[in-house]
Amino acid sequence: MGKVTGFLEISRHDRTYEKPEVRLKSYDEFIVPLAAEELNGQAARCMDCGIPFCHNGCPVNNQIPDWNNLVYKEQWEQAVINLHSTNNFPEFTGRVCPAPCEAACTLNIDDNPVTIKTIECAIVDRGWAEGWIKPIPPSHATGKTVAVVGSGPAGMACAQQLARVGHAVTLIEKQDRIGGLLRYGIPDFKMEKHHVDRRVEQMAAEGVTFRTNTDVGTDVSIDDLLAEFDAVVLAGGAEWPRNLDVTGRELDGIHYAMDFLTQQNKRDAGDDEATAAPFGTISAKGKHVVVIGGGDTGSDCIGTSARQGAASITQIEILPKPPVKENKAMVWPDWPTKLRSSHAHEEGCERDWAVLTKNAVGANGRVTALDCVRVDWEKTPDGRMAMKEIPGSAFQLKADLVLLAMGFLGPRRGALLEQSGVALDPRGNVLADTVQYRTSRDKLFAAGDMRRGQSLVVWAIREGRQCARAVDLFLMGTSTLPR
Amino acid sequence: MPMHEVMRQGLYDPRNEHDSCGVGFVVNIKGRKSHDIIAQGLKILENLDHRGAVGADPLVGDGAGILIQIPDALLNDWARAKGKSLPAVGRYAVAMCFLPRDPAAREEAVRFFEQVVAKEGQSMVGWRDVPTDLTGLGKTVIETMPVIRQAIVASSLSIRDQAAFERKILAIRKQILNNLPAMAVKRNIPGLTEFYMASFSTRTLVYKGLLLATQVGTFYHDLRSLLTTSALALVHQRFSTNTFPSWKLAHPYRLLAHNGEINTVRGNVNWMYARRRSMESDLLGPDLNKMWPIIPHNQSDTACLDNALELLVAGGYSLAHGMMMLIPEAWAHDPLMDPERKAFYEYYAALMEPWDGPAAIAFTDGRQIGATLDRNGLRPARYLITDDDYVIMASESGVLPVPEEKIVRKWRLQPGKMLLIDLEEGRIIDDAEIKQKLAREHPYADWLKQTQFKLEDLAESEERRALPRRNDLEALLHTQQAFGYTQEDIQFFLEPMARLGDDPIGSMGTDTPLAVLSDKPKLLFNYFKQNFAQVTNPPIDPIREELVMSLVSIIGPRPNLLGHHAGNHYRLEVTQPILTNTDLEKIRDIDNLAGGAFRTQTIDTTWPADEGAGGMEAAVARICQEATEAVLADYNILILSDREVGPDRIPVPSLLATASVHNHLIRQGLRMSTGIVVETGEAREVHHFCVLAGYGAEAINPYLAFETLEQIRVQTRLNKTAADVKKNFLKAIGKGIMKVMSKMGISTYQSYCGAQIFDAVGLSSAFVNKCFTGTATTIEGVGFPEIAQEAVARHRAAYGENPIYRGMLDVGGDYAFRLRGEAHAWTPESVAKLQHAVRGNLPEEFHAFTKTLDDQSERLLTIRGLMQFRFVPTPVPLDEVEPASEIVKRFSTGAMSFGSISREAHTTLAIAMNRIGGRSNTGEGGEEADRFLPKPNGDSERSAIKQVASGRFGVTTEYLVNADDIQIKMAQGAKPGEGGQLPGHKVDKNIARVRYSTPGVGLISPPPHHDIYSIEDLAQLIHDLKNANTKARISVKLVSEVGVGTVAAGVAKARADHITISGYEGGTGASPLTSLTHAGSPWEIGLAETQQTLVLNSLRSRVAVQVDGGLRTGRDVVVGALLGADEFGFATAPLIAAGCIMMRKCHLNTCPVGVATQDPVLRKRFTGTPEHVINYFFFIAEEVRHLMSKLGFRTFNEMVGQVGKLDFRKAVEHWKAHGVDLSRILFQPELKPGEGIHHSELQNHHLDKALDQVLIKEAKEALENQTPVRIEHPVRNINRTVGAMLSGEVARRYGHAGLPDDTISISLTGTAGQSFAAFLSRGVSLYLSGDGNDYVGKGLSGGRVVVRQPAVAKRNPSANIIVGNTVLYGAIAGEAYFEGVAGERFAVRNSGAVAVVEGCGDHGAEYMTGGVVVVLGETGRNFAAGMSGGIAYVYDEHDQFRKLCNMSGVELEPVGLAELGLADEPGRPRQRGTSVDDNGMGDPLRFDAERLRILVERHLLFTGSTRARFLLEDWDSALSRFVKVVPLEYKRALLELRAEASAAAAAAE
Repeated sequence: MGKVTGFLEISRHDRTYEKPEVRLKSYDEFIVPLAAEELNGQAARCMDCGIPFCHNGCPVNNQIPDWNNLVYKEQWEQAVINLHSTNNFPEFTGRVCPAPCEAACTLNIDDNPVTIKTIECAIVDRGWAEGWIKPIPPSHATGKTVAVVGSGPAGMACAQQLARVGHAVTLIEKQDRIGGLLRYGIPDFKMEKHHVDRRVEQMAAEGVTFRTNTDVGTDVSIDDLLAEFDAVVLAGGAEWPRNLDVTGRELDGIHYAMDFLTQQNKRDAGDDEATAAPFGTISAKGKHVVVIGGGDTGSDCIGTSARQGAASITQIEILPKPPVKENKAMVWPDWPTKLRSSHAHEEGCERDWAVLTKNAVGANGRVTALDCVRVDWEKTPDGRMAMKEIPGSAFQLKADLVLLAMGFLGPRRGALLEQSGVALDPRGNVLADTVQYRTSRDKLFAAGDMRRGQSLVVWAIREGRQCARAVDLFLMGTSTLPR
Repeated sequence: MPMHEVMRQGLYDPRNEHDSCGVGFVVNIKGRKSHDIIAQGLKILENLDHRGAVGADPLVGDGAGILIQIPDALLNDWARAKGKSLPAVGRYAVAMCFLPRDPAAREEAVRFFEQVVAKEGQSMVGWRDVPTDLTGLGKTVIETMPVIRQAIVASSLSIRDQAAFERKILAIRKQILNNLPAMAVKRNIPGLTEFYMASFSTRTLVYKGLLLATQVGTFYHDLRSLLTTSALALVHQRFSTNTFPSWKLAHPYRLLAHNGEINTVRGNVNWMYARRRSMESDLLGPDLNKMWPIIPHNQSDTACLDNALELLVAGGYSLAHGMMMLIPEAWAHDPLMDPERKAFYEYYAALMEPWDGPAAIAFTDGRQIGATLDRNGLRPARYLITDDDYVIMASESGVLPVPEEKIVRKWRLQPGKMLLIDLEEGRIIDDAEIKQKLAREHPYADWLKQTQFKLEDLAESEERRALPRRNDLEALLHTQQAFGYTQEDIQFFLEPMARLGDDPIGSMGTDTPLAVLSDKPKLLFNYFKQNFAQVTNPPIDPIREELVMSLVSIIGPRPNLLGHHAGNHYRLEVTQPILTNTDLEKIRDIDNLAGGAFRTQTIDTTWPADEGAGGMEAAVARICQEATEAVLADYNILILSDREVGPDRIPVPSLLATASVHNHLIRQGLRMSTGIVVETGEAREVHHFCVLAGYGAEAINPYLAFETLEQIRVQTRLNKTAADVKKNFLKAIGKGIMKVMSKMGISTYQSYCGAQIFDAVGLSSAFVNKCFTGTATTIEGVGFPEIAQEAVARHRAAYGENPIYRGMLDVGGDYAFRLRGEAHAWTPESVAKLQHAVRGNLPEEFHAFTKTLDDQSERLLTIRGLMQFRFVPTPVPLDEVEPASEIVKRFSTGAMSFGSISREAHTTLAIAMNRIGGRSNTGEGGEEADRFLPKPNGDSERSAIKQVASGRFGVTTEYLVNADDIQIKMAQGAKPGEGGQLPGHKVDKNIARVRYSTPGVGLISPPPHHDIYSIEDLAQLIHDLKNANTKARISVKLVSEVGVGTVAAGVAKARADHITISGYEGGTGASPLTSLTHAGSPWEIGLAETQQTLVLNSLRSRVAVQVDGGLRTGRDVVVGALLGADEFGFATAPLIAAGCIMMRKCHLNTCPVGVATQDPVLRKRFTGTPEHVINYFFFIAEEVRHLMSKLGFRTFNEMVGQVGKLDFRKAVEHWKAHGVDLSRILFQPELKPGEGIHHSELQNHHLDKALDQVLIKEAKEALENQTPVRIEHPVRNINRTVGAMLSGEVARRYGHAGLPDDTISISLTGTAGQSFAAFLSRGVSLYLSGDGNDYVGKGLSGGRVVVRQPAVAKRNPSANIIVGNTVLYGAIAGEAYFEGVAGERFAVRNSGAVAVVEGCGDHGAEYMTGGVVVVLGETGRNFAAGMSGGIAYVYDEHDQFRKLCNMSGVELEPVGLAELGLADEPGRPRQRGTSVDDNGMGDPLRFDAERLRILVERHLLFTGSTRARFLLEDWDSALSRFVKVVPLEYKRALLELRAEASAAAAAAE
C-alpha cells in the first residue's frame, strides 16, 4: 500500500489548467500535469482499502490501489503493465473520463478523493514517453476473421483484444479517420488526436486492418460482412441525437452539437473547410450562442464556441439545478447527481436550470431568440418526476446559434440496423447481454453505446473488451482474454 | 450399541475426547505397608472430588481409581480359601481384568487369556472374583459395569527374575489386548473388545472404574479389607469432556496417572509406530515383535503415554530415566543447567521426540513412586513431607488433614522437575540427584561430540550443483506463477517480512470461500486449518516464554530407541528448520562433509506437463516408490525437490509429496531410517512451513521465496543487504512457526514435526486416508483429480498465453477485494447496499443486500450456501410467527474492546442493543464506570456482556457485578490460541484508565488464561465468576475446530450457562494473517458438532448455545438455529451498519470512518447511530420471521436444532465443490424421550455450599451500615473462591471504591481451596493461618489478603510453599502478604496490587502492568517476562537474579538510600492508602527505600515474618542487596507524563 498515514498528512492536489485567457487562444490540450514528486505524494494518499470501492466504481475495474502503490514506490513500468491489464486506452480515460472511481474513493466520503484519474494519465503518458508501450502481436494466428463495425472506443478496444489473441481483425469506420466519437466528438482541447493515432499505429502493428470511409449498410451490406467474416461486431455507437421538437426548429442557426463539434475537429486535424464542413460552416464567432443541454457535450460546445469567439454563451438545462453536495450517507460510493462545473464553464458562460424551450423565434429564416419558460419538478404518485411550467415565468433568450446537446436516443436508425434485422431492446438499442454480447443474429455481436445506449468512453472500452472475450470464446471454445 | 462404545456418528468422534483431573499419592518413604495408607489414598480422592465432574446424571462421574502395591496377604487369604497356593511375592502377577458382560464373550476372553499365558510358558493360578458393592451407583454405571476378576499368573521356573517376569507378562498382555479387535470380528463376538486389563503386574494392582471419588472405597471390598496393605496409594479423579460412561478410561493406568493433556499425541503415536523396523531390544528379544502395535489406536493420550513408558521400562530404562526421555525439561535455553545434564537431554532428543503438553504425572512401578511436571509447569502438584516418613502429593494442598506441627516440608513440583521416592532405599531422591546420576551414567557429551553434526558448523559444500539459472525476470515470474504466487504474496507477506522480520498483521475477518468452494486454484496448504488449544490445554506464549521453545530439528535416521550402545549413531542437527540454499547444498553433499555418516538422495517431485492432470497420481506413486528404494539402498536423507519445474514439468504440491512419502514410509516401517527434507518453490508463508512440518518435513528449503525476496529487495530499492533480507525472512518464519506450535501448546519443533495437528476441510476421506492418514476431514471434497487440476491451472498461468499473466502475477484478492481475485462476502455492492438500507430504513435495499449473500448458486462462499431449506407446503401465517421484537433479544454484538474501536462506535452498539433488549459485549479491556448508569434520556451505554479474557484488563469486581453475562473468551475466531497486543500508541489516557495501565505503554494479553490450563481449571473460573456475580450467566466462548463439540460438552459439565461457538471468519482488530486465514473452522461444522455432542451427552438443554463469526443475513440466523443455536452474535455486519467500510486497517489506527481508531481527528468522522444498528437487526429479524413462516415454525424455540429442515444442495456444477458432502453436519442424533434440544433449564452452580453464604450473613452489619465486623472460621481445600461472593455484595452496593479498609475482617485457619480471596473488594480482609492453593487473590479489587504459616509449624517459611500457582492474576488493587514461597507465575498480569512474598517460582511478575511486588527470597526463572508496568523489588542474596530475570523489557537498578525531604512531599510513599487504587505507594520512579521499608514493615505486621524482622534489623545492609526491576517502557512513559504535567503546570502559571 501507499503510505499508511498518507491521507492524513498530504492533501489532495490535482492537475491544473492553463488560465482561460491563454488556453482560449488555441484548441490544444491545456491541462498542466503534476510533477513526478507530487504524483508520488498523491499516490501515497491511497489507503489500499480492504474493499477498494474505486476498483468497482471504475467500469473497466482498474486495479487502482495496486498502481497507486506502484507509483508511490516508483515502479512505473510495472504500473504501466498493471494499468493496461484492465484498460486498453488509459490515455483516453485519463483525459476525458468523469472518473466515477474518484466518486467511489473512500476519501470521497470526505470530499477529498485520491487524484486517481491524474495518476492514471501520468502512468500511461510516462509509458509512452519511455517507450514501454509497444505493440503486442499475437504469438500465432488462429485463422479466424472478425469484422468490427465502428471505430469508437468500444470498437477499438474490441479489435485490439481480438487481434492480440491471433484473429484477423478488420476495423470498419464510416468516417475518414479511425476513432469515432473520440476523433470527432471530443474537442482537441480535451484530448489531442495524436493519442488516437498512436493507438491506431499500435493496433496496425498488432495486425488490425482498417477500413475507413465504409458505411456498413450502404457501402457494404451486413450480409456480405457476415459471409466474409467468421464473426462481426457492431460497435457503431448511439448517434441518434435527441431533437428539439418546437416551433421554429427549422430555422437556420439551430444545429445538433455533434455537427458543430465534428467540423472543428476536422479543422484542427488540418482539413480544409470544404472537407471539414461539406454542408456549410457552423461558426460561433461573434454570435450569441445558446447551448441546450447541460451535459458533457454541452460543455464541449461551450468550449468550442468560446474558442471560435462567441459574443455570449448561455447553457440551459431542463432539469433542476442539482445540489452542490450530495447526501453522502445515501449515495456514496455510487455516482452522485450533483452540480458539476467543467473547465468550459470557466471560459465564459451563463448557466440556467429548469428551463424549458417553448419555441424558436427567427427573422429571415435565421434564429434570433428562444422563448423559454421555467419549470418545476415534482414527484408523481408513481414515484416518477414530472415537470410543471411555472405560470408567468416565460422569458426570451437572445440566440444566433443554438446548439442541441440533449443527449442521444440510441443507434442511428438506418440501413445498417435494417439490414441486420437484429432485435432491439425497449430503449431502442441493439439487444444483447453483457456475457455473450450476441445479437439475435448468429455470428453478429454488439457492444458499446450501440448496445447500452449513450455512455462514457470507459464503458465503451469495457464493453469492447468483454465482447472480444465473448467473440473469442465463440470462435475458439475457450478464451484467455480477461473480461 | 453399548453406551461406552459410542461410535463415531455425525460429527461426533470419540478421538476428540479430552480429560484432565485431580491426581495424588500418599507413600511411606520407608516402604512400611499399612492399610491406613489405602484409607488415606481414598480420603485424598474424596477431597479432590471438586476437580472431577459429573455429567447429565449426577450419579455418574467420569471415573476414579487407586493404585496400590500387590496385597499379598489378601490374595493368599483368597488362595487359601480356594485351596490354592500362591508362589512367593514377585513370582506371581495379578491381572486386574474387566471382562465382557456378555457371557459368551467373557468365556472366550477367559479362554484366550489362558491360552496366551500357556503359550508363553506361564501358568494360571486361578481367577479371583473381585467382590464389589453396587450401592449408590447410577443406573447407567451399573448397566455398563464389566465383570471384574483378577487373573493370577505364576511365573515359570525358566524366568530368572522379577524383571524378566514383568517383561513376559507385558508381552502376554499386549498379545491378548492387541488381538481382540481382529478376533472379535473373526469370531463374530463383538463383546470381546470390551475385555480390558487395568493392570497386570507382580508389584501393583489398580482398582478403578466409572465411579465417583467417594465410591471407590465402597465399591471395591478389597480396599476396605484390613488384609489389604500397601506402602503407597496413587489416586486419580477424572474430569472428561464427554459423559459416555467408560470404565476403562479411569486412571490410574498401569504405571501412571496424569493430570493434563499430551498435545502431540498424534505425532508421538505415529513416530512410535514408525519405529517398528528400527527397534530391537536385547532384553525383550523376540517378545518385542509380539508386542506391536506398542501403542494401539483409539486410546486416550494418557494410555498412550503409559504404553510408551511401559516399553521403555521393559526395554531396560529405569522409571525416572524413561520419564525424562518422554517429558524432558526445557534444557536448550537454560544457562543455569549443568552441561552433563544438558548433554543427556540433547543425546536423548534424537531418540525420542518429546511428549509435549501440560502434565502433572504421578508414576510408580511399586518400588519407586514419583511425579514429574511438564517443562512449562502448567499443572499444579503440591507435596508435603511429615516427620513420620510420609510423603503426600496431590494437585492441591490440603487433601489430607495432617497436623501442621508434623509437617517438615511443604513444597511443590517445579516445571520440568521430578520428585522420586525409592521405597527400597527408603528415601526421597531429589531432582538434582536423580538427574545427575543418570546424566553421568554414560559419557553423553563425548558421544555427542563424536556423533553429532551441526549443519551450521559444516564447511560449505565445494561441489556446487548447477542449479537451473533464472537469469531473467521473466523466467522468475513464470516460476512464481507455476507455484501460484500472487501480488499479495509479495505485498502482504514477503516484502513486510523482508523489511521487518515479523509475520505480518491484518485485521477484520476472512470472508472468502473455503478452498474447496473457491473457483480459483488454491494451494493444497489452504485445505488445512490449524488446530489450537482451547480449554483442555493452554497455548503458550512463544515470545515471553521463549525459554521453553525450541526450533531445533534433527534430520535423518533415528537410533534404535532401546539400543544401549548408541554412542555410534550419527545425527545431524539444525538450529531451525528453514534451510538456505547453502544449507541445502551442504546436506546434498553430506556424504563428503560428514565423513560418510549420511547419504542423501534427491527425488524429483515434478511430473511431465504433457500428461496433464491425469499424471499426478502416478507421479506421487513414483515418488513414494523411489523413496522406498532409496531408503533400502541406505540413503538416509531424502530431498523431495521440485526444482525441475519448468514449461515441461509440473510440480506436485509439496505438501502432497511430503505427506505421501512420510505416511508411506511409516506404513513400511522405514520412516525412522531416513530424514525428509523438502526443497520447494511453493512454501512462502508461515502456514505453508507449518503444514509441511506437521506432515513430516524435518527441514524445508524455500528456494523461490529467497529468489523472490531478492527481486523485491532490488525492485523496491530496499535499504538492506541480501543477507539481511534473508535473515529477516528466516526470523519471521521462525517466529511464526513457534506461534503456530505454541497455539497448540507445543513447544518443540521436534514434537510438532509429524504431529499432524490440522483439520482438513474440503478433502475427500479417500485422499486424506491415503496421503494424510489420521487427519480429520468432515465435509469431504476434492481428491487427486481436482488437486492435480489446480496444479495444472497454475502451470498454465505460468507457461500458457493468458495476457493477464504477461508481466504480472495474479492479483490474489484474498486479503483485499479485487474483481479478478478471490470472491468475498463483503463487496463494494454488499457494503453499499447494507449501509444505504439501514440509513434510509429501506427494506427493499436490505433485501437486495442479503440476496448478494444468500444466493450462492453462482458464487459459492460458505458451507451454508450449499444448504437449502425444506419448506412446508402451507406456511404459517406471518402474523402468527413470533414478533421481531422478541427475536432481536437473541442477538448480541461481538466482543470488540474499547481500545480496538472508538468510544463512539462502542457506545453506539451498546445503546442500540440495550434499546432492543439484545446484548452488546465489552470485549476485553474494561468499561468506563460512568457507562454503568443510565443516561438522562433513558438510554444505557452499559454493555450487557462483560468479557473476561486472558489479559483481565479492567476486570474489577464492580465490572463483574455490572454484567448480565460474563463471557470467558477462551479463543477468538480470527486468532484462536493467540493472545493480543494493544500497541502503546493506542493506549491513550482513557484507555489506560479503564485498563488500569499507563498511557503510552503497550498492553499484552497472554495466549492462555493463566488460570485455565485444563477443563477443571475452567470449571474453577466459572465458579469464581459465578460467585462474584451470582446473577450473571457465565458464558464460555470457543472457536470451531474438529473436536469443539467434546470441549463444549466438557464446558457444559464445568457448569457454564452459555457457550459461544465462533467461526474462523470472525473479525479482529489485529491478528497475524496466518491465523486470520488458516486457524479454526467454519461455524457450521463446529456448531453442528457441538449440538450433536451435547445432545448425545444429554447436556444440551442446560446450556444456551450461541453462534457467531460471519453471520450477516436472516438466512444465516435460521441455518444457525436449525443447526442448534439459541442465540446469535454479529460483529462485522452491525459495525458496517454503523459505518465500517472494511478498510482492514484497524491495526494501523487509521480507520477513515472513525470506527476502529482512537485518533481524535478520525473519530470525528464517525457517523453511525444506534438507529442504523437497530434497523439492521430488525431487518434481520423480519427475514427470520419470513423463513420461519415458510418452515412452519411459530416460535423460535421450536426451530432450534431442527436440522431435518435443512437439505444439502450438491454443487454438481462446481469443479471442486461437487465432492462436498454435508451429511455429517446435517446428522440428527437419535433423541432420547424427553431430551431437550434447545436451552430450557438452568445449571446448578452449587453456590448454596459456599462458605461465603455464611460470611455474607455474618457481615450483614458491614454490608448494610458499614459497621466493622470481625469473623473467624476454619477453612478447607473444598472451600473454594472464599471471599468473592461477599465482595460481589460489596461492589454491588459500594462500587469499585468499596468500604473503608478492613471493615470486614475475616480470620481463617486451615488450607484454603483454590481462588482464595478472588475478586476481593476493598474493605474485605482475609487473614489465613495455614496455606493457600492456586489463584489466591485472583482479580483482587482492593481487598487485603494475608497468608501466614501457623504458629505451631516450625518450618522455615522461605523454604516452604505458602500459596500455589498464578497468585494475584489480574489483580487490580489491594494488597497481599504471604509468609512463604509462592508457586509459578506470581502476580501475573498484576495491574495495581502490592504484594510481599518470601520467594516465588518461574515467570514471576509476568505481563505485570502496575502495582508493586516485593520478593524477599529467591525467584524462579523468567522473572518479569512481558512486564510492562509496575515495579518489583527482589532480595538478591546470592547475586544471581540477573540470570533469572528476563531482561528483554526491564532494567535492574539498585535501591539506594532513603531520600531526604518533607514527609508530605508529593510522590512520597505513605503508610496508608487514601483510595482503592492507591496503596500509598507514591511515585514509582523515586523513594524506593521508603516504599520498600513500608512494605516490609507491613509484611512483618501482618504475618509476623521472621525474615522481615531479620531484614529490618539491619536495614541498610538489607537495602544494598535489593534489586529494583523497572520496565523500560513504563519508565519512559512515566517520565513523559511527568514532563507533560510540569509543562502544563508551567503553562498554567
